[in-house]
Amino acid sequence: MTSTLPPTYDRTGRHALSPEVDHDETARFNFLTNLNVHLGQKVSPGNRAAFEKRVAPGFKKETGSDLQTRQQVRVAMRQDPYYQCWAALRRNTMEQRQQAGRHVVLRQLDDLISKARDFNSGKETLAIDTAAEVPRYLAAVDNHCMPGSYYTEVVPDDVLAGANYESGLFVTTAGSMSSHGNGGGRAIVNFVKEHYPDFAPKRILDLGAGIGVNTLPLAAAFPDADVIAVDVGAPMVRWGHARAQALGYDRVKFVHADGDRMDFELGSFDWVQTTMFWHETSTSAIHSMMKKIHDLMAPGGLFLNVEQPNFTPDTPLFDQFTRDWDAWYNNEPFWSKLHVMDVFEIMQDAGFDRGKMFDGGTEADIEQGQFQPWSSTLSRHKPELKDGGDAKHNAYKGERWYLFGGWK
Amino acid sequence: MTEIDVNKLANAKAKGKRPYFFDDPAVERVLSITMAVATELAVTRERLDTVERLLEDGTPVTKANIDAYRPDDDASRERQQWHADYINRILRIIHQELEAIENESLNEDPEKLADDFAAAS
Repeated sequence: MTSTLPPTYDRTGRHALSPEVDHDETARFNFLTNLNVHLGQKVSPGNRAAFEKRVAPGFKKETGSDLQTRQQVRVAMRQDPYYQCWAALRRNTMEQRQQAGRHVVLRQLDDLISKARDFNSGKETLAIDTAAEVPRYLAAVDNHCMPGSYYTEVVPDDVLAGANYESGLFVTTAGSMSSHGNGGGRAIVNFVKEHYPDFAPKRILDLGAGIGVNTLPLAAAFPDADVIAVDVGAPMVRWGHARAQALGYDRVKFVHADGDRMDFELGSFDWVQTTMFWHETSTSAIHSMMKKIHDLMAPGGLFLNVEQPNFTPDTPLFDQFTRDWDAWYNNEPFWSKLHVMDVFEIMQDAGFDRGKMFDGGTEADIEQGQFQPWSSTLSRHKPELKDGGDAKHNAYKGERWYLFGGWK
Repeated sequence: MTEIDVNKLANAKAKGKRPYFFDDPAVERVLSITMAVATELAVTRERLDTVERLLEDGTPVTKANIDAYRPDDDASRERQQWHADYINRILRIIHQELEAIENESLNEDPEKLADDFAAAS
C-alpha cells in the first residue's frame, strides 16, 4: 500500500555541512510538511468543485457567456470564499516555511559559514565573481517567497540562501524529491539514459543550478565528465560547492556568474542542462541565454530543460489557472508568460534545428525505502488532462514534469 | 563574528507585493496568526510525544535526550498520522464548506424550512 503520509523530517539526507535542526525545529518542519500535503490533497480539490459548481455557472449567469481565458478564471475565482481560504492558507504556509528555515540557518549562520569555508577555501572547483550583476527579473521579486532570493548576502561569505533553500526543500515538496532533494536530477538522468543510451558527455554545464541538488546526479551518472554548475546567487554557489564536497563530489565545479558574463569556451559542452530555471527569468533573458547555450554547445551536443507541468491552448481552463497560480501568488510572475511562449521558436531563433528538437515528460525519481513514492498524490500540479496537449506536445500527458530540448 | 538580528531576519518579507485573498485583509492577518499558533501547538504536542516515548523506554527525560530522540519507523508514522488528524480537526470548517459546495441538498435554508414545516398538513 502506498502511504499517504510524508516521511518525517529526520529522514532527510544529511551531510557534514547540514545545519543542526533541533527537536522543535524538526517538529515545525513536520507540521508544515503535513499542512502542505493536507492543503494539496484535501483542500485544493475543492477549488475545482467551487469552480464547476458555482464560479463558472455564476459567471455564465452574470455575463451570459462562458469563461474564455485563464485570466477570467483567475478573476472569477478570486471572488470565491472557498478558494480565498485555500489560497490564503497556501501562501501563508509558504511564508511560514521560509521563516522556519531561515531561523534554523540564521541562529547558526557563523558556524555554517565557517564549515563552508573549510570545504571551499583554496579549491579550484569554486569561482565567485564579485562583479556579477543580479538581473532585474531576480532583483525585483523574491521568487517563491524566499526573502532575499538567491543572491542576498547578509554577512561576508554568506550561505544563508543556499542553506535555507536546502533545509526547506523537504517541506516545500513534502519529501517528494527524495531524501537529498535530488529527484529532479535523477529523473533527468533516467530520461537521458532511457532515450539516448549511447550518449556519453565529456563536459556538462548546468545553468541556473542553484545549490546543485539536481546537478550532482548528472555527475554521478557520468563520473568521467567535467560537470560545471553555474548560478547567479553567490550564497547558493558557496553552499552548493561546499555541499558537493561534503557529499564526495569533489570534481564538480561551481561557478558564480550572471548569464551574460559566463566565460566558457564556445562549442565546448556536450550537454547543457537547465532545470526549473526559465520560469524565473524573462523574455529577453530566455532569448539571449538560449543563444548563449547554443553557442556553448559542441556539435552533436544536447540541450535539455526540465520544468514543472506546462499547459497548451488545449489544456482545460481550470488546469491552466491552477498551473498559473505560482506565477501570481508565489512570486514567480514570468511563469505565466513562459507557459504560453513557443520555446521551440525561441530555440530556432537561437540557432537550433527544428528537426532536432523534442519534448516529453518525466517523473521525479525517488529512492525506495523511507522515501516511498507516495508523493504522486500531491495534487497541486496534478492535472486531469484528457489527452496531452496538441500534436507538438503529444509526448506529454501533463501528469509529469515537462521536458524539452534539442541536439546541435 | 558579525552580529545579526536573527528574529528580524527570519521574519523578513519577500520582495514583491503580497497578495491578500480575503475581502478584508484583517481576516488574512488573523488566519495567519492562528495558523502560526496552531503550528506551535503541534510542535509542543510532538515534544510531548517524545517525552512519553522516553518515559515508556525508561530513558531519562532530559533536554539532551529529547533533542537526540529519533523516531523509529512506527513512531515516525504515528507522529505523522497525528499531524494529519490534527490538521483535519482544525480545518473542519473548510471541509464542511466543500461538502456544502458538492452537495446542494445540505444547504436548505432554515427560514424556508420553518415556513415549509408550518405549512405542512
